[in-house]
Amino acid sequence: MITSNQIDIREIVHEIAHFLPAQAPLKDFVHHNTLHAFQDLIFEDAIKKASLVFGYSVTLTLPEYRDLYQKGEILPEVLGNRIRLRKSIRDPEAYLAKMLHGEFDAFSDPRIGKLRFQWKELAGVGLDSFVHPRLFRVLSNYLDQGIAIWKFPVQNKGFLFSIRELEEHTVVSLFREKRSRKLLQDKNCSVLALLDLLVGDPSMYKQYLFDQQFAHPGWSGMVAAIEANPKSLLDQKKITLEELIVFELLLEIDALDSKFGENWKPLACYMKQRPTHLFDPIPPNDLSDVLMVWQEAMEFSFYDQVLTGLAVNSPKESHAANNSFQAFFCIDDRECSIRRHVEEADPNSFTYGTPGFFNVAFQFQPEHGKFYTKLCPPPVNPNYLIKETGTKKVISEDPHMAKSKKGLHNSLVLSQTLGFWSILKLAHNIFRPQATASFASSSEHMDKNAHLSIECRHPEHKENGMQVGFTLAEMVERVEGLFRSIGLHTNFATIIYVVGHGASSTNNPYFAAYDCGACSGRPGSVNARVFSYMANKLEVRMELEKRGISIPSSTIFIGALHDTTRDDIEFYDEQLLVGSAQQKHLKNKQTFYQALDKNAKERSRRFESINTKESLGKIHENVRLRSVSLFEPRPEYNHATNSLCIIGSRSFSKGLFLDRRSFLNSYNYRLDSEGVYLSNILGAAAPVCGGINLEYYFSRVDNQKLGAGSKLPHNVMGLFGLANGIDGDLRTGLPFQMIEIHDPLRLMMIIEQYPETVLKAIKINPATYNWFNNNWINLAVVNPDTKEISLFNTDKFEPYTPAKIDLMEMHNPEEIFEMKSENLPVYLIS
Amino acid sequence: MMNEFIILWILIPFVGFVLSLLMPKTREDLVSGVASWATGLHLIGLLIFTVLWAYNGFESLNDKDWVLFKSNTYEFYVDFCFDKVTAVFALVGAFLNFLIVIYSRVYLHREPGYKRFFNTILLFMLGYNLAIFAGNMETLFAGWEVLGISSFLLIAYYRDRFLPVKNALKVFSIYRIGDIGLILATWMSHHLFHESLTFMQLENYQLVSSELQSHTMVGIFISAMILLTASAKSAQVPFSSWLPRAMEGPTTSSAIFYGSLAVHLGVFLLLRTFPFWEHQFSVRVLIFMVGLSSATIATFTSRVQSNIKSQIAYASIAQIGLMFIELSFGWSNIALFHFAANAFLRTYQLLVSPSVVSYLIKEMFFSFEPPKVALKRVFAKKIMYSLYVMNLKEWNLNTMMYKVYWNPVKWLGKRVNFITMQHVIYFFIPAFVTGVFLRYHIDWLPEEFAHFLPVLFSFIGLIMVLKAYSERSKAAISWVLIILNHLWIALAISFNEQFKFVETGIYLSGVLLAGVTGYFTILRLRKIETNIDLTRFNGHVYSHPKLALVFLISCLALSGFPITPTFIGEDLVFSHIHSNQYALAFFVSAGFIMDGLAILRIYARVFLGPHIHSVYEMGYRSS
Repeated sequence: MITSNQIDIREIVHEIAHFLPAQAPLKDFVHHNTLHAFQDLIFEDAIKKASLVFGYSVTLTLPEYRDLYQKGEILPEVLGNRIRLRKSIRDPEAYLAKMLHGEFDAFSDPRIGKLRFQWKELAGVGLDSFVHPRLFRVLSNYLDQGIAIWKFPVQNKGFLFSIRELEEHTVVSLFREKRSRKLLQDKNCSVLALLDLLVGDPSMYKQYLFDQQFAHPGWSGMVAAIEANPKSLLDQKKITLEELIVFELLLEIDALDSKFGENWKPLACYMKQRPTHLFDPIPPNDLSDVLMVWQEAMEFSFYDQVLTGLAVNSPKESHAANNSFQAFFCIDDRECSIRRHVEEADPNSFTYGTPGFFNVAFQFQPEHGKFYTKLCPPPVNPNYLIKETGTKKVISEDPHMAKSKKGLHNSLVLSQTLGFWSILKLAHNIFRPQATASFASSSEHMDKNAHLSIECRHPEHKENGMQVGFTLAEMVERVEGLFRSIGLHTNFATIIYVVGHGASSTNNPYFAAYDCGACSGRPGSVNARVFSYMANKLEVRMELEKRGISIPSSTIFIGALHDTTRDDIEFYDEQLLVGSAQQKHLKNKQTFYQALDKNAKERSRRFESINTKESLGKIHENVRLRSVSLFEPRPEYNHATNSLCIIGSRSFSKGLFLDRRSFLNSYNYRLDSEGVYLSNILGAAAPVCGGINLEYYFSRVDNQKLGAGSKLPHNVMGLFGLANGIDGDLRTGLPFQMIEIHDPLRLMMIIEQYPETVLKAIKINPATYNWFNNNWINLAVVNPDTKEISLFNTDKFEPYTPAKIDLMEMHNPEEIFEMKSENLPVYLIS
Repeated sequence: MMNEFIILWILIPFVGFVLSLLMPKTREDLVSGVASWATGLHLIGLLIFTVLWAYNGFESLNDKDWVLFKSNTYEFYVDFCFDKVTAVFALVGAFLNFLIVIYSRVYLHREPGYKRFFNTILLFMLGYNLAIFAGNMETLFAGWEVLGISSFLLIAYYRDRFLPVKNALKVFSIYRIGDIGLILATWMSHHLFHESLTFMQLENYQLVSSELQSHTMVGIFISAMILLTASAKSAQVPFSSWLPRAMEGPTTSSAIFYGSLAVHLGVFLLLRTFPFWEHQFSVRVLIFMVGLSSATIATFTSRVQSNIKSQIAYASIAQIGLMFIELSFGWSNIALFHFAANAFLRTYQLLVSPSVVSYLIKEMFFSFEPPKVALKRVFAKKIMYSLYVMNLKEWNLNTMMYKVYWNPVKWLGKRVNFITMQHVIYFFIPAFVTGVFLRYHIDWLPEEFAHFLPVLFSFIGLIMVLKAYSERSKAAISWVLIILNHLWIALAISFNEQFKFVETGIYLSGVLLAGVTGYFTILRLRKIETNIDLTRFNGHVYSHPKLALVFLISCLALSGFPITPTFIGEDLVFSHIHSNQYALAFFVSAGFIMDGLAILRIYARVFLGPHIHSVYEMGYRSS
């Protein structure tokens, strides 16, 4: 028998926080592995466990897989291979028959919630209905960033303190009965003491708290996320998960008091039999094994096409001397197609892929901004500040949303006058969509004409602990790092474009999820400009020269921003280009515009409201309209369908049509025999691409619990989260409208390198290694000399032969874009 | 001449609704096409009509269409009218409906309930137009019922989640109070005027005032009932808390229902009956009080709402409160103008509500000021904090609805929970047969006793339906008890001399038809699913959509929805309750309220909510 004092509540709370959804407030949407808490297990075991404990769906359903098999999207040969590879299966024939036609008992009860449900079973009290509405209200009002006009009266003193203070001075209580109110004022009111009162048996405390918090994982997760990173709210709030638990326990006691008076007994006294412990071993389950084989078969039906393609693809090295221009893009899967179109529009151009913060990590402060915006991958915490000055933009105000305009008499006047105006605005937007004040535009991130403080003039001067700008040495280090990582050290073209990306949408609370993941969910425009500035700097080039990277003085770097929603591009600091360079730039711009038109057309095949047979210009215009239409829940499809990450030279994958499904990171295996650069690349690519991929995966397979469900009923809570209706739990993950076309495939990372080197590289960083070793990301290596494929499988690479697949040649891509809206197979580009 | 065209504005939504039902589910273009055509045609036609009407000098039109039932004391007819009130409500409604349909065409793309959504929107449009074009109480009531049910269906649009279904039931139960207010008002006004008046006749000052002068209390009763209905529909105090909780459907439907059209129907009702109550000073004071308290409470409450939809909802309630005040002063034109402006504004605000994140975050980024230091003076603190908590708790309006309405109903239900099927068979059925027997030999009974019997029978009916409402395990029993309630009511009324056999037939025809269909649907479902537990939601619509539809139609018919003669029958029943039989009127109307609740409860519990057999791929209870 465990006693109360053997229980470490801190630790339990910490463990709960670990399992809760780790989603940041809306303004910083950062993709991450939804089941991050299970990442120390092998993928297969992890999802089985998650499913049984928390009731998540973790794969597609059996009928869905069978349907894909019927349609030929899961290949029989691949399925056969996958069954054969499972050592536990003795009779592959019989197993196949079972997979195709067997019947399974689909119903299994998750373990979560069972203990706390006893209140309802045994005592007849549905605590949730009593507790949740009030709890959510109070939390939402406390954390509110600016929807309510009247702020929570006690600020900045911690959640429980504020509630206490409020209760102490109010004649109307938040509680129904006296006891909880009194307990709250008692300074010794701890989780443990309250659990003694409520549950009684210390051995059940942990399970009870899990049940309680997972009845509203969204709110608890938000509190845990804010506790871990208070800066994720602009108007910072002090709160801890433990405080939330104390308040919730008090509300539960209050609910029981109001039902029974104070004479009820702890839950343990009613119970005869105790539900299964949450984390007891997982019994074997036939169905989940079968589903896993199906899942792998689905994945490899696609991977095998790609691997086959990469093996047969004969690289056509372009002659560098003729380069008309070079362009750096983000590794983002959405840039996969624009690169293809740029290269097609100008065969002498050359593109590279690298994470879109371009190796410069800093905080950005827009002019007049009261806060900083982090522009680098989420785990990095840079101590550099880039400030914007000399802007000319004016912020437009919308009387429908501006805060000062609410209240009875104001809105009496307003509703009488505004009403008629607003309906005209609405009608106008419905029939002729155009940008309004609520339009979140990628180009607004930074004023194109503003000055950036990139140069560090006084390294000793710190602003809020940060250095303003970069010193020469720091610049050299960053620029060199990027060049080495993508393997560009010679043959620089006259103009090199550094293209960040961002997105534009309207009426879309998920706006941050659409921007560049490597810039913490912001557009990459500032980074592109900062990098270009550094690489253009004479002193930096002189220093690089000494290190063997010689950039001709005629070469100019130009920052740019690709808007992935509108397929627009914006160039920065174009005044640097004069004379023949300017002429070239004008020509290159045409190349970009042409490529963007085609890219818009390629994307439009997914949009049902656009007729893909219209002229390029018309299609592109319709694509742009999506970003400003109030009624369009899908401005773009973001990372949907992502499933690959290819790390290698451009020529390695250039001959394949990958249908915007691949992250592409440039890498030159010849320059990295020790795998040092590769290790750096993977250190960023594995968590970023893996995080994006798994978030899409889980939001797709369980859109209700792990995803956010349909976007249409969403209601904005306190500017930090979304709920359905007004009394709901916060929704985490991605909404239905973002994942509906996504096939849940785990990421396959394919590297052009020798397996031994890759093995060395992935072992440098244990965190990276785990992603691969636990199969959360699949890893394959293509030997650059022999084109032999090896697959990573627990600690080693094994030779792998993909199923025999004849890839089709793509002769007329536009025709395919016009005809097909579903996922396309891998084509060879002729 | 022009009044013959009025029927078109009912017909267009009706045809649109029926056509939309016939469209295949998989063809989004056809479904939304029908809806766009219907709403577009409606808007254009109505515009032309209104211009012509204005050209002809704004003359009020009235069009008596069908007499559905007639006896020497009673006439049930469908009547439409058109005046400036209807014109404004119709135009605003047509315009918003059209915009919302066009907006939703793309907005709802690939939503699993695409067709269902447009069906319901068109049904709503039908109900709305039926209500605002109605020329008499009966027609208005038909529209009112259609609105109530379409509202239920749209709130529960995401029918596989717990909260939408729960809130849909809640809102419906508030609407039900309004329905009864309307029935009782109609009942009393029949007795007051000895016939079913058209609204246009109400404008005859002579007629109205002569009756009112002799029956002051009756006049006040009618007006109070109308005010009750209006307050329930327009979410005024004390009913306000339902409005924010109704925001569970897709944002477009919340915008048109709870932002703009449905929620202003209370204002419409007051405008429509304005000639009736304008000379009753006490009623005007009452309307003023309701308006003032709603405006005050809602304004305060909206200021502490930290989610955007409930903030808009409370702001809208506050404006409607002001409209009530305007009406109490007799400023009907201002109220009309105010209605249009508020409806437009709230529609827009709700539709762009997701934008508030990017907009306000941006605003905050550039102009944030840290919150000021807290209050120092204890007294000021006490007042401000108390007020804050009060607003946070929505002035206990929601809790109060539990205390005075839902919980007592549950409590009463529990008191009669001892009744079993055996009781029904061995006691209530013989009792009923005895009742019928006594009715045929009414002259054997002492007169006092004969007067008492209807009250007793209607009370037994009420008990039946209370038990139906609180039944926990068997859907079939609950269903049978509801049918029995109708039988008891029919029996009770038959003791009031003039109630003829034909009339009983009219009343019970729909009940029996729907009752039998519904009963067999339940049996069929039970055969497949073995056990249907009423203590929780079962979500069977997931796997039995067709049965669900049949059962829904049975439910509607059984609850007196205007698709069977029972709808007329309900009105008939009330026309036979004497104006001094308050107890009878109370039990019968309480029976009707409960009966609607019990019926929709069965439907919701059996067919809606999270599916019992799939924990997976279902939303959290709290989501």
